[in-house]
Amino acid sequence: MDYLAVVLLEILYMIAFLALISAGLAVVFGMMRVINLAHGEFVMLGGYATIASWKAGINIYVAMLLIAPIVVGAVGLVVERLIVRFLYGRMIDTMLATWGLSLLLIGLVTLIFGNTAVSVPAPIPGYQIGRYQMGGYNIFIIGVTIVLMLSMWLVLRYTRVGLIARGSMLGPDIVAALGHNPRTIYMLTFTVGAALSGLAGGVLAPLTGLLPSAGGAYIAKAFITVITGGAAVVAGTLTTAGLFGTVNQLVSFASTPVVGEIAMLALAILLLRLMPQGVTGRFFRNST
Amino acid sequence: MAISRRQLLTAAGSTALAAGFSFPAPAQGSPIKLGSILDNSGLLDIYGKPMVMATAMAVEEMNDTGGLLGRKIDLKQYDSQSDIALYTKYAQQLVREDKVDVVHAGITSASREAIRQTFRRANTLYFYNVLYEGGVCDRNCVITGTTPAQAVEPIIDYAMKKWGNKIYTIAADYNYGQITAKWVAHYVEQRKGTVAKTDFFPLDIADFGSTIAKIQDAAPNFVVSALVGGSHMAFYRQWAASGMNKKIPLTSTTFGVGNEHLALSAAEGDGILIAGNYSQEIPDAANKEFLARWQKKFGDTKIVHEIAISQYHGIKLWAECVKQAGSIEREAVLKVIESGAKVDGPAGQVVIEPKTHHASLDIRLMLVKDQKLSIIDTAKQRPPSDTAQYCDLSKNPDENKQFEVKI
Repeated sequence: MDYLAVVLLEILYMIAFLALISAGLAVVFGMMRVINLAHGEFVMLGGYATIASWKAGINIYVAMLLIAPIVVGAVGLVVERLIVRFLYGRMIDTMLATWGLSLLLIGLVTLIFGNTAVSVPAPIPGYQIGRYQMGGYNIFIIGVTIVLMLSMWLVLRYTRVGLIARGSMLGPDIVAALGHNPRTIYMLTFTVGAALSGLAGGVLAPLTGLLPSAGGAYIAKAFITVITGGAAVVAGTLTTAGLFGTVNQLVSFASTPVVGEIAMLALAILLLRLMPQGVTGRFFRNST
Repeated sequence: MAISRRQLLTAAGSTALAAGFSFPAPAQGSPIKLGSILDNSGLLDIYGKPMVMATAMAVEEMNDTGGLLGRKIDLKQYDSQSDIALYTKYAQQLVREDKVDVVHAGITSASREAIRQTFRRANTLYFYNVLYEGGVCDRNCVITGTTPAQAVEPIIDYAMKKWGNKIYTIAADYNYGQITAKWVAHYVEQRKGTVAKTDFFPLDIADFGSTIAKIQDAAPNFVVSALVGGSHMAFYRQWAASGMNKKIPLTSTTFGVGNEHLALSAAEGDGILIAGNYSQEIPDAANKEFLARWQKKFGDTKIVHEIAISQYHGIKLWAECVKQAGSIEREAVLKVIESGAKVDGPAGQVVIEPKTHHASLDIRLMLVKDQKLSIIDTAKQRPPSDTAQYCDLSKNPDENKQFEVKI
């Protein structure tokens, strides 16, 4: 019984992990169709921002929940102004530019922090379920993800800002005709996407060590989650994160984490073969 | 007998000398070339960086005291960036272009196996100075790191007496982890214990949630970890975050070698049991002087770890053999090595076993405490008996393989 609870919590954690690292990409790719290959590096930067400010004596929660998204959001803003805004609608060029950007960011972080694993200890102690000890921090990550997904959904669905953002993705001309500048909206959306990636990096920093090349571990998982999810930002991310997280952990428990990852990738291929437009291209079509 | 151009020239040269010509002997002044390939960046740089520093230090110390055989030592250091492909590339470069006299290279066992045959084919003497899974039987290769009989057996012995006989093994998924896990099982079964389960992890896995739950489900008396590299450090962190470090004792054959005890907080690392050749806490004068010299050259001594010391031992041992042989020729140096060469280093005496080209070393049982490796017991001159079971280079000098324990 308690073993079941442990498995369930690990599944929830994996779903939260996938949703968290995909949220920023879902906004940037899902809404703007910009393939940001530097997404993993944005997550990595969030981690480094957290660790650097924690080492400077700032409270760890302030560091991960506020400073990390603000820093990476600012980086995103600069990147959008200097690079991405010239490349809207040119998918291949954007890929090339952001790939170059990802190499640049890895290089810069290596120069500043060194090519060495750094880390912060998890600020929440473990707890007990029956005869099992569990990491308390995982619960925190699940909580953060729930709040994040809920607020993204509320903003996109029920606020005027969300409506304008969704509108300009569907028909920028119409939105422009109504008096909004699509360029400004793109800029803000990209910044928000970057900030979300930074938040993910900050929140995940205590669980794994960080290397300048850590982004590579996130980007593949984030992309398969978002692409398999399809057009709806929140519903798509949640559905695929739910599917992949469950499969990954169940298989991991039955065999090893390696087979778990393979099972997850196999499922992604299968889903994309059956639903090339993503899961939300077939189901939950009118969701957000 | 085929006469090479070099032999012909030497012969011509000596004839010329004998005939009374005087000409400047170029060999006397030209530097001895020492090649080294180590991961100075990337996933494995926690191991490589201090090794690179130790290499530079050993070479500099020799050059400051007049070099070897009156010749300077020229260090060719390459950064393999934690990439196996770069190892093979630089190995070719060392033997073909730089034409080095000796090589001290490799960190992971995968990297060693990627380059070992290159040096063997090129007749370039090769030192591998890292703890590993044992069994390499190759006359061209000298190994100064510990093997499972030296580092794994004492841990298993101590831990089984102290905690019980049910063990759970977690190991890195490449030849080091795979073979070390077999040795763990071998020593556990010898002592009538059982290995509940063995799990392997590729070097980039950083999520151990399901593993930690599975370990608890198996409820072993203690856990043996042969995890490797920066990503795997997440295991120790997640283990501590779940509070397991207070419940099931953890032992490791690799912990500390990458200065994991410094990356983790004291609360996360305390109580992990390890065995190996080196701890900074060794009270001997040789160690204190070494650390003082390191401090003077590089500043921070905290990063000095076992395999940096092994690398230092390896280079010093080679230099000692060259001095005794009075030559840098491979055969002459190997002859001295096979007479039981020895050197005294920061971690005590290193004595080469002629039959295996492995080293007998002082082995220390250590407990992680306050980010330090505090010594609880020292076994003097423990032999690499695992490899010696299979390997006898004095009988079969042409042997060229790696033996594994059969279980």
